Amino acid sequence: MKDNFQPPLGKISKIAGKSISLIGDDIDTDRIIPARFLKCVNFDYLAKSVFADDRKNLKGMHPFDLKSNEESSILIVNSNFGCGSSREHAPQALMRWGIKAIIGESFAEIFYSNCIAIGIPCYTLSKELIKKIQHHKSEHNLFLEIDIAKSEVKSDLLTVNLGIKESAKNMFLSGKWDATSTLLENTNLIDKKMNDLPYLKFNNKYF
Amino acid sequence: MSHNTLFDKVWDLHKVVSLPGGSDQIFIGLHLIHEVTSPQAFEALKDKNLKVKFPSRTVATVDHIVPTDNQSRPFKDDLAEQMINTLEKNCIKHKIKFYNIGSGNQGIVHVVAPELGLTQPGMTIACGDSHTSTHGAFGSIAFGIGTSQVRDVLASQTIAMNKLKVRQIWCENTLSNGVYAKDLVLHIINQLGVKAGVGYAYEFAGPAISELSMEERMTICNMSIEGGARCGYINPDEKTFIYIKDRLHSPQNINWNKAVEWWESLKSDENSTFDDVIKFDASRVEPTVTWGITPGQSIGINQKIPSLKEIHPNDQFIAGEAYEYMGFEPGQTIKDTPIDVCFIGSCTNGRLSDLRVAASILENQKVAPNLKAFVVPGSEKVAKEAKGEGLDKIFIKAGFQWREPGCSMCLAMNSDKLIGNQVSASSSNRNFKGRQGSPSGRTLLMSPAMVAAAAIAGKVSDVREFIKK
Ligand code: SF4
Repeated sequence: MKDNFQPPLGKISKIAGKSISLIGDDIDTDRIIPARFLKCVNFDYLAKSVFADDRKNLKGMHPFDLKSNEESSILIVNSNFGCGSSREHAPQALMRWGIKAIIGESFAEIFYSNCIAIGIPCYTLSKELIKKIQHHKSEHNLFLEIDIAKSEVKSDLLTVNLGIKESAKNMFLSGKWDATSTLLENTNLIDKKMNDLPYLKFNNKYF
Repeated sequence: MSHNTLFDKVWDLHKVVSLPGGSDQIFIGLHLIHEVTSPQAFEALKDKNLKVKFPSRTVATVDHIVPTDNQSRPFKDDLAEQMINTLEKNCIKHKIKFYNIGSGNQGIVHVVAPELGLTQPGMTIACGDSHTSTHGAFGSIAFGIGTSQVRDVLASQTIAMNKLKVRQIWCENTLSNGVYAKDLVLHIINQLGVKAGVGYAYEFAGPAISELSMEERMTICNMSIEGGARCGYINPDEKTFIYIKDRLHSPQNINWNKAVEWWESLKSDENSTFDDVIKFDASRVEPTVTWGITPGQSIGINQKIPSLKEIHPNDQFIAGEAYEYMGFEPGQTIKDTPIDVCFIGSCTNGRLSDLRVAASILENQKVAPNLKAFVVPGSEKVAKEAKGEGLDKIFIKAGFQWREPGCSMCLAMNSDKLIGNQVSASSSNRNFKGRQGSPSGRTLLMSPAMVAAAAIAGKVSDVREFIKK
């Protein structure tokens, strides 16, 4: 874990940082964080276990081990990233390693909403442009600046528009990506649902 | 846009309000929790000084980390003990019903809730586990959520979510002998791909689906998520009602008729519209086995592992990774692949009917030498009923180990793990790299009947050659 880890809070309008590329389709949550590391009652120590098995197999050559990627914070991935389980441990591990935003061809649905819920915007971009970023060769990692309001990424290599769900974008801009308080604003309506739903009338209480 | 489908009806019924930004606030009728994804959510409640809004709408059990050999407490594994302990404390503190080990009702959360009659048509069901889609077999809208959303449900009984599109998957004809629900769903995922369902709810329908038992329907809906769909469902019918009747939490007495009448009204209307419809011919499905590292990489038992040329360009990268990881050559047959470990269990295929089918094949047979085979019933109830029928004896006599209920080697959070690059024949749902506990372990997904056949032969076999006439 980065010693100074602070979860994101409040409004987010800009994310800037070095890119880190992870090439491959269908990278699942078991690879992002293998199940044996889920044996924890909090997320604090997940950073060091992110991609544990893949990193072990690649003996220091995995992108998350390369010295050049040490300070990177914007992850560039391919298609169906994060498929598999609902474990929030996966985005939590990435976040604690230092990832602040992800740009990819496509994302699995639960992973996507987990990321948004903890404050990691996930953006979609075409296969070609992802490839261009991932295969960009230079001495230094590409430095990217994401403008949340414009859904745009700027860099020396290219400046392009990114895809994001409108609801997610608004959450970051307004600082209301912590959903709980928004949901609780409608307490009266929730209580009404609880009273109105047919099956809650013909079922006994569980407890 | 879809109209008048069961999904639309249930969604609209549970919609609390449209949220600014385009998502809907959805009421969750039944919230299921377990030890892996709930502790951080309870912790977050504490941090925010919030209470559980409706404790009576949440039910807990313990499944992922439980040992299946010796379940006496404290568990040998300290971390596992800490997790079950945390869940116990949270349930007591927040007054949540907890079906613990020894209650007679503990087991894999997606096996337990239907057994208890908790899962019913027309409900929204959420759980911090992606295979919550299982419950859709009853005509509920059920989906997996992350820990932040578990917190939201605990605090507000609602979540923020974008409405899904609805795809109908129509299955014509019927499955042939020796071909099961697992084969059908593996086939569907293979044809559509593992990401085709992103943004969709899958409605499974057609004669082949109507004919399936409730347990088989659960197998189908369970694996919706492997096709990318967050939820899958089947319209409720007479079979659904018969299954639910007289279970612990099902509507009783005069409420029963009211419930059935309401459930009937939920079905997708004759004139409902879907975002799209895809048709399959169930009679053409063969016993199916995965050869790769995603549940979409499967073939019929008599087919050959496809070459890169035969694979869609979008799927070639992962196919290349799969050949390398699995040690298979394109063009190789999957039949006769030697097997080291056989696992029957999981929320996909750890129910009574699964154990029955496997036992019918194992009767008076022996597991191949040097092969480890074990069966993990999906719940305490499954275990009890199976024992009542003498299935445990058939398994043990054949050379299987008979274990206590839990998730076990489906994801290997307990001590049941592959070693090195062992190959498993597994009735579970995921063949991801490292899924079964060894970073280089290899998983072949198949039906429980096919696992039983593989256990006898010591290699991947066509179960149809083992079925007693
Ligand atoms: S049996 Fe497997 S897939 Fe099902 S809940 Fe347990 S770990 Fe998840």
